Amino acid sequence: MSFPPGARVRVRTGDPDHHTRVPRYVRGHSGEVVAAIGTWTLPDDSARGLAEPRVETCYAVRFSAADLWGSGDHTVTVDLWESYLDRA
Amino acid sequence: MTGHDDLPAAARTRQLEERLIAAGLTSDEEIDEFLTRLYTKASPVNGARMAARAWTDPQYRDLLLSDGNAAAADLGMDRLGYALRVVPNTETAHNVIVCTLCSCYPVSLLGPSPGWYKSFAYRSRTVREPRAVLAEFGLTLPDEIEVSVWDSTSEARYMVLPARPAGTGGLAADELAAMVTRNGLIGTALV
Repeated sequence: MSFPPGARVRVRTGDPDHHTRVPRYVRGHSGEVVAAIGTWTLPDDSARGLAEPRVETCYAVRFSAADLWGSGDHTVTVDLWESYLDRA
Repeated sequence: MTGHDDLPAAARTRQLEERLIAAGLTSDEEIDEFLTRLYTKASPVNGARMAARAWTDPQYRDLLLSDGNAAAADLGMDRLGYALRVVPNTETAHNVIVCTLCSCYPVSLLGPSPGWYKSFAYRSRTVREPRAVLAEFGLTLPDEIEVSVWDSTSEARYMVLPARPAGTGGLAADELAAMVTRNGLIGTALV
């Protein structure tokens, strides 16, 4: 699956016991895809030394501060690999 | 005189280097070469040159915003070891860079990162209350300016393109570049 710019996505809530690049503060939150920014090895897999780590599209996803924190008028854009996201 | 070699951190660093060398992952020569490159070439002068060029050359600005790596190569810089993404400040929008997971940062274009960039306070507060953080840097933004925070969680590295200051029409490219600061390229200053 891939997400076009403007797509609403939700960050998966998993809390893996290995390395991941999903900051806790966006887990479970919905945001909007700004752009696909690259295709890179999934850090969760490479950090575990998997023989065949997944290689995936990474997206810049924008969240509103009000959604994340309940206050604030800014946005926060976080780079998230495809496995971290579902369509909202 | 106390040298850095006496510091506990230096001993720990050396132990780590020795383990990596023993594992065949690197060598003393490779580490020396990396550090030499870092300390002789990595500088905010690089990012400042890119910003100043973008202020005076609309075509370069388009390139910088669409393909930062090509824009760096265009000014003769060494190949970047990351995907560069440049976010532009405008009359109505201000950008600021952070890495909440560690301290990712385009070192070759901004120089070694300042201590505060790596601090827990900057990393945790910038995503939560950027206007308050920026005010502590002396940058109080009017409410009508939209603030965008970019959290560098991937292989991309972010740099802010500051807005060109008013009244700089007659300046040459090197004079413009001299106005751009490291903090301006992070977004904790206007320029």
